[in-house]
Amino acid sequence: MTVFIIRRLLQAAVVVMLMSVIVFFGVNVIGDPVYMLVSPDADQAEIAATISRLGLDRPIWEQYWLFLKGAAQGDLGNSFIFGEPALQLILQHMPATLELAFSALFLSIALGIPLGLYAGLYPDSRISKTVMAASILGFSLPTFWVGLMLIILFAVELGWLPSTGRGDTVKVLWFHTSLATWDGLQHVFLPALNLALLKISLAIRLTRAGVREAMGQDYVKFARAKGISTRRIISVHVMKNIMIPVVTVMGLEFGSLIGFSVVTESIFAWPGMGKLLIDAILQLDRPIVVAYLMIMVLFFVIINLLVDIIYSLLDPRVRLQDQGA
Amino acid sequence: MSDATLTSPAPRVETPFRRFAAEFFESKIAAGALVMLLVIIVLAVLAPWITPQNPYDLSQVDVFDSRLPPGSDAFAGYTMWLGSDGSGRDLYSAILYGLRISLSVGVVSGLIALVIGMTIGLIAAYAGGRTENLIMRVVDLQLSFPASLVALMLVAILGKGVDKIILALVVAQWAYYARTVRATALVERRKEYVEAAKCLGLSKARIVFRHILPNCLAPLIVVGTVQTASAISLEATLSFLGVGLPQTEPSLGVLIANGFEYMLSGRYWISVFPGLALLATVVSINLVGDHLRDVLNPRLKK
Repeated sequence: MTVFIIRRLLQAAVVVMLMSVIVFFGVNVIGDPVYMLVSPDADQAEIAATISRLGLDRPIWEQYWLFLKGAAQGDLGNSFIFGEPALQLILQHMPATLELAFSALFLSIALGIPLGLYAGLYPDSRISKTVMAASILGFSLPTFWVGLMLIILFAVELGWLPSTGRGDTVKVLWFHTSLATWDGLQHVFLPALNLALLKISLAIRLTRAGVREAMGQDYVKFARAKGISTRRIISVHVMKNIMIPVVTVMGLEFGSLIGFSVVTESIFAWPGMGKLLIDAILQLDRPIVVAYLMIMVLFFVIINLLVDIIYSLLDPRVRLQDQGA
Repeated sequence: MSDATLTSPAPRVETPFRRFAAEFFESKIAAGALVMLLVIIVLAVLAPWITPQNPYDLSQVDVFDSRLPPGSDAFAGYTMWLGSDGSGRDLYSAILYGLRISLSVGVVSGLIALVIGMTIGLIAAYAGGRTENLIMRVVDLQLSFPASLVALMLVAILGKGVDKIILALVVAQWAYYARTVRATALVERRKEYVEAAKCLGLSKARIVFRHILPNCLAPLIVVGTVQTASAISLEATLSFLGVGLPQTEPSLGVLIANGFEYMLSGRYWISVFPGLALLATVVSINLVGDHLRDVLNPRLKK
């Protein structure tokens, strides 16, 4: 087991190094590094200062080494717009994104599992067919388009919910959250629903498939024969068995929620990392772009590492296969 | 249509294509989706000849026509059934021109990704050993990032432009094709006809491309349709965010983005109609692809 974890850790480190090479060369070789890393309205003296500070006159491998050394110390350059360290800005915007992603995860579980359960128990009913058709739409509709429609319907036409921003935030422990005030909850609902749509569809399909499979199993028949009420069979016996895969998959999808939040945050003007990234791209604020990319790479590599380790704990075959390869 | 021959076991004396078509049209939804998709493609191709104006020819656009609601008459006399946008373009014309761009970007990037992914997948399946291990590690690594995030990262580094968007979409999608082809090819290469071809002394390249590849086409077509739909939708998303196609290449995503600023003031049509066109395109491609999967998969046959 230890060998497996060490191997995976080494692989993850290789991936991060590879990605840093790609990001570095993407920014510094494909593009013009002076244009990329110096603010557009800098004068000649500033440009010269930056060139010598970044060592752009040195060989490319030395430049890469400097970039790595900076990154290892948490220094990925300063934002042109805000003048603060890029890494610090992204970390400041991270709680808002995490809050949105967790709300979306909650919605997809709270809505997807009951709907999927119903569709699995009564597959021929009209409601189930509607739910399944809607879940197909949930998979194929572009997220940004659904977001626009939500704004038109609930914010412009009905006027029930606010369309942009985060609302009142309250400081809980060490970060600000919208989830503790009524105004904040109103603000978080639409973006969270928008972000959750794909995952709600996923949860519906997984739960439905699980329920349909479980209902034919011997343990359900046996429970029936013992005279246990249908209600109890479903809520205790069936649910226990289908929840494990559903929750595992939904957990794994958390990373993609963070990735997709770029779109949702831009539409709803949610002040998270994703909106920061899009604004940075549009305003040519390169250090933030580089920092965001590196953080996301790190984030996904860590998620995949954890998933691999958890899977290998649950399923020894994964471990053995790896040793054989 | 050799794929249909090999996947449908029915012994009737029909041409393979007819049998395939008959099976496909059994589903009314899929047939409807195919008709809708064909209509969309024809409209997009014929756009310059069937629209009342060329929305990007400044001599034909009148600023006095801007932000007219659907059904208003334009200054030039024709009726703008879908209204006009912020600069006075007829939305119906702009949507058809936008469809051309969206469809071509989606299809071109899909085809390039297909060819690249297919070749890499075949190499992995046929070479085996270390080569295969290395290729599949890269594929797995890439698939662990959401395609939208990969495309966004590339666009963030590369910048705007048609060529850059196509490159980003290709990089974001090739791995899906590679994985599909490799999985199918692994099964195919153990079959007897490959053995026979080897005994005949055919070259490796010939066996891979003339014998194994045609038998991998069925799943490739299915993945290809679904991935093209997602490429179109991804391009629209990037363009909507302002990091995709530039204003000089107004795809549907760009049109929707342009209408966004008018939406809160109730001028819904500038965003909504291009959005509906995008929706119709993506959903019809997905429905066709979904049904193709059922028809082309022999395991699902009754």
